[in-house]
Amino acid sequence: MNHATTAPGIYGLVAEFGTPSDLVKACKAAYAEGYREMDAYSPFPIEEASEAIGFHKSAVPLITLMGGLLGGLSGFYLQYWINVIAYPLNIGGKPYNSWPAFIVPTFEMTVLFAGVIGMFGMFALNGLPQPYHPLFHVEQFSKVTRDRFFLCVEATDPRFDLAGTRQFMERLKPLSISEVPH
Amino acid sequence: MAELEEKNVALLEEPPVIAPGQTFDSVTDTITDVVLRRPIGLGWLAGLAVGMTLVAILGMAVTYLFLRGVGIWGIEVPVAWGFAIINFVWWIGIGHAGTLISAILLLFKQTWRNSINRFAEAMTLFAVACAGMFPLLHMGRPWLFYWMFPYPSSMGVWPQFRSPLVWDVFAVSTYATISAVFWFVGLVPDFATMREEATHPWAKKVYGILSLGWRGSARHWNRYESVYILLAGISTPLVLSVHTVVSFDFAIAILPGWHTTIFPPYFVAGAIYSGFAMVLVLAIPIRKYYGLEDMITMRHLQNSAKVMLATGLIVGYGYFFETFIGMYSGSTYERFMLHNRWFGPYAALYWSLILLNILTPQVLWWPKVRASTKWLFGVSLIVLVGMWLERFVIIITSLHRDFLPSSWGHYVATRWDYATYFGTIGFFVTAIYIFIRIVPAISIFEMRMLLPESEVKE
Repeated sequence: MNHATTAPGIYGLVAEFGTPSDLVKACKAAYAEGYREMDAYSPFPIEEASEAIGFHKSAVPLITLMGGLLGGLSGFYLQYWINVIAYPLNIGGKPYNSWPAFIVPTFEMTVLFAGVIGMFGMFALNGLPQPYHPLFHVEQFSKVTRDRFFLCVEATDPRFDLAGTRQFMERLKPLSISEVPH
Repeated sequence: MAELEEKNVALLEEPPVIAPGQTFDSVTDTITDVVLRRPIGLGWLAGLAVGMTLVAILGMAVTYLFLRGVGIWGIEVPVAWGFAIINFVWWIGIGHAGTLISAILLLFKQTWRNSINRFAEAMTLFAVACAGMFPLLHMGRPWLFYWMFPYPSSMGVWPQFRSPLVWDVFAVSTYATISAVFWFVGLVPDFATMREEATHPWAKKVYGILSLGWRGSARHWNRYESVYILLAGISTPLVLSVHTVVSFDFAIAILPGWHTTIFPPYFVAGAIYSGFAMVLVLAIPIRKYYGLEDMITMRHLQNSAKVMLATGLIVGYGYFFETFIGMYSGSTYERFMLHNRWFGPYAALYWSLILLNILTPQVLWWPKVRASTKWLFGVSLIVLVGMWLERFVIIITSLHRDFLPSSWGHYVATRWDYATYFGTIGFFVTAIYIFIRIVPAISIFEMRMLLPESEVKE
């Protein structure tokens, strides 16, 4: 991990492409070349791109499931605790724990927690909000929210080498290659 | 002959979801233009002025309500639920189409929804806000609204969890929160586009903050897509549960006309029916005045019309079975309730309901009607009025004459009822007008996915 000496103050190298197909091809080539610390950027989700850079499974579904379970269990327990322990009230001879009546709030709490925790979980895993990112220094990168596709190989990758990686990228025939300063 | 055949083929072919010739650039420009570059027109200002005037009337009505109490409304025993609950159910029903479009159609991979989901979701949020006002105002002491939530109060009492009214609190507040979450998550990548497209430094800053620094990373998109589909998955049962719970408010009571098992499905269908009517009422003028016809095409309008036709028939089925079971039950009270609906003091409203909500919308069977924006707009307005009448008939006719003739009464809405109702319509209109000018009204990143260029070729 001596990339700092080979490329001081560099976040990585970014290549710009004009179509999603070119981006996916480039991602596959970079993965085959042995690069791992890299990311693809696009104006809309491209499943093939995240596959190609070796990102398969996210923890979002698990977090959402946990959120849902937490919401459902705490929602039911809240009602159980109120009606059985804190303030038992005999209403028409119904059992204190009249669970069928508690299903609706339990369901709503499940949905509420799953949705809210799922959203915060997604943003947290993505490291957002993050107002500053080195890539925003690259002029062309502003088109990532429009019609351009980017592949960035980061300097932290053990195989990263400013000259060598640039040569590799040139073989992919991108529209442009830029150094990303920190 | 050949010409005629060509014409027939053209009639049978479905219009495209997105007009041919659109590119990543043109989609981005057309949608962001409305917010960033289009000057503020007189038409927009006039519309906003009408909305704001009604909001001012709402403000007066609510102020007077706070000063004098709910006695200024037409409610009285036995009709303690008047306009407040009618309007609550009407508004919350309108919201349902937004969630149906954004969640259920996403799960069924109906990609045509991509061009209407954003403003349909906005419509949901504003409609739920309008709906929420009514139970709060109806409380009499709305500043004590937090009593509805279970919190350890010094009084030591808790909400009654066996009551559908408490279920409603949970259902509606969850619905409002999840709709907002869904909307915001959908907006983040588009805020990033706005951040880059905006030229004004303040606009850039505001959109930049709202975009949370979104940069379109493949890892981010992967997690994003998975939470988006999960939100759709949980919103689908949620939206069905919300109107089901609303119908429980009635069905769990023992009043004739309310105590029926058909209420949940029939309420949900009615909600989607009126919601799609509102989608058309909003989409038809918006696509015309902002030049979005290439993105909100006739296909969207026709599909919405078909959904209206189908859900309208389910509502008709509901009316039929309400009547049938009322007769078949052999219960004097049920039969009287029907007789009272047909020939009682509110009979005119019942028959106009049948005319507006069931008979008139049958014109949608004709492809020519579905192909005309004027007809669709008119039919949608009629359905919105019809669905309001439905709630009026259900709530008022059952309440005003129940089991005991000595406790009968008559309900007439006062001018304050109308002021509050039209005030919320003004709030809705104002919110939609402002929304159109500050947020991209069509989801930009999802429109890009509809373009043929977005496909990855091996």
